[in-house]
Amino acid sequence: MSSPSIERNAQADQADSIVSLKDVRFSYGSQLVLDNLNFSVAAAESVAVVGRSGAGKSTVLKLINRLLLPDAGHVYVQGRDTREWDPIALRRRTGYVLQDIGLFPHLTIAENVALVPRLEGWTDERRRARAHELLDLVGLPPALYAARWPYELSGGQRQRVGVARALAVDPPLVLMDEPFGALDAMTRQELRGEFQRIRRQLRQTVIFVTHDMDEAFALGDRVGVLDGGRLTFSSCAS
Amino acid sequence: MRLLNFWATHASELGAMVERHLFLVLLSTLIATAIGLPAGIAAAHRPRLGRPLLAAASIAQTIPSLALLGFLLPLPFIGGIGPRIAIVALILYALLPIVRSTAAGLTSIDRAVIDAGVAMGMTPRQLLWLVELPLALPSIVAGIRIATIVGIGTATIAAAIGAGGLGEYIFRGLSMVDSTVILAGAIPAAVLALLADGVLTWVEKRLAPGRRRPSRAAPVAIAAGVIILVAATSGIGSPARGTIVIGSKNFTEQVVLGELLAQTLERRGIAVTRRLNLGGSFICDRAIRSGDIDIYVEYTGTALAAILKQPIVKEPDVAFAAVRDAYARAGLSILPPLGFNNTFAIVVRRTDADALGLKTIEDLRRVDAAWRPGFGYEFAERSDGYSGLATAYGLHFTAPPRVMDLDLVYRALATKQVDVIAGDATSGLIKALDLTMLDDNRRYFPPYYAVPVVRSAALLAHPEVRDALMRLAGKISETDMRAMNAAVDVEHRDVKETVKEYLAVHPS
Repeated sequence: MSSPSIERNAQADQADSIVSLKDVRFSYGSQLVLDNLNFSVAAAESVAVVGRSGAGKSTVLKLINRLLLPDAGHVYVQGRDTREWDPIALRRRTGYVLQDIGLFPHLTIAENVALVPRLEGWTDERRRARAHELLDLVGLPPALYAARWPYELSGGQRQRVGVARALAVDPPLVLMDEPFGALDAMTRQELRGEFQRIRRQLRQTVIFVTHDMDEAFALGDRVGVLDGGRLTFSSCAS
Repeated sequence: MRLLNFWATHASELGAMVERHLFLVLLSTLIATAIGLPAGIAAAHRPRLGRPLLAAASIAQTIPSLALLGFLLPLPFIGGIGPRIAIVALILYALLPIVRSTAAGLTSIDRAVIDAGVAMGMTPRQLLWLVELPLALPSIVAGIRIATIVGIGTATIAAAIGAGGLGEYIFRGLSMVDSTVILAGAIPAAVLALLADGVLTWVEKRLAPGRRRPSRAAPVAIAAGVIILVAATSGIGSPARGTIVIGSKNFTEQVVLGELLAQTLERRGIAVTRRLNLGGSFICDRAIRSGDIDIYVEYTGTALAAILKQPIVKEPDVAFAAVRDAYARAGLSILPPLGFNNTFAIVVRRTDADALGLKTIEDLRRVDAAWRPGFGYEFAERSDGYSGLATAYGLHFTAPPRVMDLDLVYRALATKQVDVIAGDATSGLIKALDLTMLDDNRRYFPPYYAVPVVRSAALLAHPEVRDALMRLAGKISETDMRAMNAAVDVEHRDVKETVKEYLAVHPS
């Protein structure tokens, strides 16, 4: 799954890890957000990053799909520095789920799910089949939901669509930014269960950030606490 | 229901005007969209660029439409009478709503949607075409809708600079003080605006999937009802038909002549309707060709140059024949000249003329070269003005001509600020200020003989009109015309009284 590293001084574990951050520093203006951050995520691992709001959780995710570049240090994705990645190619093979979901209001549910395949030039038929498959996976029967519009769905249903959309091209890595943050407690519970079910089925690498400790320990193979610009991993939960 | 009658009798003209109106609005809105859309996108993506852009568009919007046309008129390439300048003005007006609504539509898109697009690996171009533009489209269409509606209204002003369209009826009606004619243009313009609003609102609604909007049917129905009500009750200011309608242009001599024709016909028991002070030559010409008036007085030189767009002919008889033939083809008859020639006049003080024995322009070669000429702007500038005159007569004055407003040159001459001027042959001030006109013995100036233009159909229907007007042929001398102009302009006498007195002394 991983390609050999180009960096001569790359460490050995880099080759085995999907994502690896080395001495990453990042600041917004004069405000230092991440300071000498180091961590690696292995294939099929689920890592939760928790921290107070403003701790830089989202920044970590944005560094991984090159929405941001580090001030210092390196971010490797599949062994390759994000500076060397074509950002478009990197983002298309990295699933991304936002707290605000960000469904396209002018596209149907199926069209939303099949958007990255569309960017990748898949045929209509293949896109449709993939969308239906994914809607089934996230528990939204395509016969009922494929042709509907985002505004017709509840918050929980929309986030299911957001997850399906992130999985559309079967990316090796999925980033989730407070995926259940905007939902009520009942729906959160329900979606956590769904998340675990989907994870068991797909075994994708997932990095997700949350401010909810319970959620982090329930869903993460490992939980890292981001504080003062550094990430400290606590012992594994389940 | 005079209005329906008017539309019925002017059906083909109305059709052409609607067509022209739509052409002006559609073309300008199209071009404005082609400019405004990228500008709006740039404004939304780069606020630093967007602010001055919007400010510039706003400034264009604040210029009153007539003033804007005035500013554009002298510009090269886009200026000049006709539709081109109107389209440019309409584009300038359409830009603001389009740029603003495009920018507003783009900036109001939910940030999460943009973030999602970027994070999914859309290129900036894909983001624009797949996300931003589709989501901003209802807003963009709303901007185009507003631009179109404003354009349909503003395009009526375009008639003022000869661009045509429904405004022509409005201007014609305004100058004729005939609400029927105004409504004949205003109602189709309003209907066009409502239709455009309806169609584009529908498009807008279709582009916003599933989002319900309040129905537009009610306001449209109300507006249509009001218009029909106004149309039905209009009849105010309409002449009783079956009478001879006399028109005139909008300056003193024309009003006097219109009144003179009217009283001449009335003395013979012919019922007339006065539509004096209509506007310029263009408006009178359109009015008589469409049958709104039956008679007005034109000048041979003006008819040739301004209306028929033919080269100026110096020989009065040839000019008259050319005008008569061209008008005959349009169903208009030219009656024999009334007598006077309202051409340019080279004028000096009577005391100088008497002392030096000046009778013709040629005689000016004998006067002191230190004489100061004074002219209006037009005469000073035009090649067939002063420079041509000087060449034709071999005149030479050492002082350059003093250029001033045409109304001022007479008084400048009387007060000895200048010594020779170019004016109007029939100006009332020539007599009032004790000035005298020199004879154009080399026939430098083209002939501007006053001739009645009559609809041939009216002449056939009313043979007595021809008899009455033929009796005026050659009767009104330059001196007569000057005296009547002076009575009105200098002595501020009533036009009707002045004409009545003239006819009492000069029965025809």
